[in-house]
Amino acid sequence: MIPVLRLFVRILPLAYLGLFYFYPLFIIFRLSFAPNDVIDLSAFAELVTDDYYRRILWFSTWQAAVSTILTLLIALPAAYLFARYHFRGKTLLRAIASVPFVLPALVVASAFSALFGPRSQGLWLMLLAHVFYNYTLVLRIVSGFWANLDPQLTQAAAVLGANGRRTWREITLPLLMPSIGAAALLVFTFCFGAFGSVLLLAGPRYATLEVEIYTQATSFLNLPIAAALSLLQMSATLLLTMLYNRVQTRTAALNLRAAHRIQQPVRGWVRWLWLGVITSLALLIVSPLFALVLRAIDAASVLGWGVYGALFNQSSSALFGVAPIEAVRNSVLYGLATVILALGVGIPAAYLLNDKTNTRAIFTILDTIFMLPLGTSAVTLGFGYIMAFASPPLAWRAEPWLLPFAHALLALPFVVRTLSPTLRSIDSRLRDAAQVMGASPLRAWREIDWPILARGIAVAAIFAFTISIGEFGATLLLGQPNYPTMPVVIFRFMGLPGIRNYALSLAMGCMLMLVTAISFMVIERLRISDSEF
Amino acid sequence: MLQIKHLSKTYITTPVLNNVSFDVPNGSIVCLLGPSGSGKSTLLRIIAGLEVQNSGHVLLDGNVIDAIPTHQRGFGFMFQEFALFPHRTVAQNVAFGLRMQHHPQPEIERRVDEQLELVGLDPDKFGKRAIDQLSGGERQRVALARSLAPQPRLLMLDEPLGSLDRILREQLIGELRQLIKRLDLTAIYVTHDQAEAFALADQIVLMQAGQVAQIGTPAQLYRAPNSVFTAQFLGLNNIVAGQVVAFEDDLVGVETVLGRLWVLAQREAIPDIHAAVNIVIRPEAAQSPDANRQMRNHITGEVINNSFRGASQRIHLRHISGHVFAFDWVDDVLPSPLSIQLRPGAMSLIK
Repeated sequence: MIPVLRLFVRILPLAYLGLFYFYPLFIIFRLSFAPNDVIDLSAFAELVTDDYYRRILWFSTWQAAVSTILTLLIALPAAYLFARYHFRGKTLLRAIASVPFVLPALVVASAFSALFGPRSQGLWLMLLAHVFYNYTLVLRIVSGFWANLDPQLTQAAAVLGANGRRTWREITLPLLMPSIGAAALLVFTFCFGAFGSVLLLAGPRYATLEVEIYTQATSFLNLPIAAALSLLQMSATLLLTMLYNRVQTRTAALNLRAAHRIQQPVRGWVRWLWLGVITSLALLIVSPLFALVLRAIDAASVLGWGVYGALFNQSSSALFGVAPIEAVRNSVLYGLATVILALGVGIPAAYLLNDKTNTRAIFTILDTIFMLPLGTSAVTLGFGYIMAFASPPLAWRAEPWLLPFAHALLALPFVVRTLSPTLRSIDSRLRDAAQVMGASPLRAWREIDWPILARGIAVAAIFAFTISIGEFGATLLLGQPNYPTMPVVIFRFMGLPGIRNYALSLAMGCMLMLVTAISFMVIERLRISDSEF
Repeated sequence: MLQIKHLSKTYITTPVLNNVSFDVPNGSIVCLLGPSGSGKSTLLRIIAGLEVQNSGHVLLDGNVIDAIPTHQRGFGFMFQEFALFPHRTVAQNVAFGLRMQHHPQPEIERRVDEQLELVGLDPDKFGKRAIDQLSGGERQRVALARSLAPQPRLLMLDEPLGSLDRILREQLIGELRQLIKRLDLTAIYVTHDQAEAFALADQIVLMQAGQVAQIGTPAQLYRAPNSVFTAQFLGLNNIVAGQVVAFEDDLVGVETVLGRLWVLAQREAIPDIHAAVNIVIRPEAAQSPDANRQMRNHITGEVINNSFRGASQRIHLRHISGHVFAFDWVDDVLPSPLSIQLRPGAMSLIK
């Protein structure tokens, strides 16, 4: 490649991460250790000594653990079914199971609240929402791995004298363990950083670290405590991400090929399994989404469709300076800006990561760095931006364009991981061949890389878009009142009393679901089979 | 003795095995030979209990074993790509079957070492290795050690050398036969490679489209293939059609496009007069015409290709009729057109 371009590719992703990730984190770091520019550990002392914060940490941990265990319990049988059997409607079922993962937390929250009645709250509702949210992660990771498990391995064990249970314990389970572990870690990480679901579903009595950071920063304005909590949250997610990367490498090291893929028709006791999976999918995933739509229609039939006219009316709510419907436009615009930024940084990042000249150590370091945002809490990030971009020359926090930079950062891991398998699959000799035949380096990229990458880039773009329009934590902190997004509107309406406001939140929830569903269907069409997400 | 009786198997609507029967005497090596899709792997998997037949039986020492689950059959099975457990070391792989038999730990360790030595791997050097640190040949040896360790009553091998390169394959096949014979094992070996089957087998069961095409020793199959399929599968492509017109002692005279050919007929396979037959002319049939003998079995043709094969050259001779034949030619001189005489003993008849 042209040297300048190559340099650009190398520096851009790291510079972006430096300014929009590490710098805000550093500010938080400084704020928690030295709020007044002198070392002051009182915030930490408070964290350690005050029972209140210990309870919050404990709650974050155990609710994440319980959510993870519940998700595994419900999703693992489905993973087995999808890995080893073929049946009618499998593709459709898989698609349905995948919907929640891309649904914004606020849609999930309003869907569950719709299912169990207006503004119903409770711990179990939140746990259910977490299962709903992460079901597809376990299903995709484990069933993909399970399907590639060579049946000859279990057959070899049988020939050597192992009965079914023994084979399961000695061969299947140990081989599946890394993939189950990777899935569980990912679920745990996401649940540990839960924000919207806790805020809306668990009720005011409960707070995770994320919720507490938000409360401390916005309600109590206790910035050193918020910063210290952020640091705690970050350390935890960093640890979890590193652990995940490690397990992931182990999974990859088993190097199972998709050979001998034998999928059987559903017969005998598997019929019951199939029935169970269908039922759980229907109850867990389909019914809340239906409930959301039905409640919105129901509200209209009671209050008259005119109630939704308020969405187009600026004066309808004192919460926004604009008509709520403008949130749709704002969300889409933010989404598009995020796509441009995430691809602009993510494509060079993917190239940098998969550069053939990287040593193993460099690859690991880069991979960890690019994956970090996946585990970073959005609230922490938003808080960090507010602190970091407060004064000149970086006085950007009141700028509406700052938000897409945060969104793009959150989308970066997805972009990199989506492009990486494809990028690795491109034989570099193809580029050599093109150049030998007279193509310039740029031309070679356009003729060789682009056609192969295009699908992956499209998928990554939609991922970025979906993440942006659904993002809630960072948006709540960073978003400008004049430019509300759809999740923020849902949240605000839910917080207002009265059936009318509830109906409006449902209507906005339906619209957000619709926009996400459309982008998601496009992803499913373009999906590359060995992509991780 | 293992007996296969009238086995049939159908996948949904496709018949894979159709009334297959043969015996495997104790201490013998039987090769299931055939092109891919001939049903030989399915047959092996039914014997192992990994698949279930639609009809027919598998008998061991006179007892039907159809209902015995795989893990209780006490057979050894070497899989095509070895199916070594990737999460276990070499020693743990070999120990697996012994652990299933509940041997005490010290004995397991001793026998693992023994088995590794038996297949030519140093236990101290290889025992603790991970599977992904092994070369193809080493994997093959570990897989063999693993299937031999529990002292199976029957060893089954499903194209175990298919993924290795040719030189390694030729070396290993010799070692494998020696080892199986030394341990006095009964073995069934599946392959699509006739050279492998010839080098290894006591008996070959040649399969075609789910049926047994021919059973015999390698020499019997080579010298007297009973069908055009068998002949061609064994690489015997010099086949001419003709009609039986005369008998003389052991010789049968057949009228063909090459003229009248005299073929040494197997006593049990002498055709009727006027019967339509095919003659298989083996490559070693060609010799320089002998001036002193009768002018029989002479053919003349143009040499269109020759390639060096060490002890001989492989020549392609085009007869005036247009037929092209391949022969092994040992003389240095190679005039063209070339006149040769075919040895009656190096030809056979297919009725």
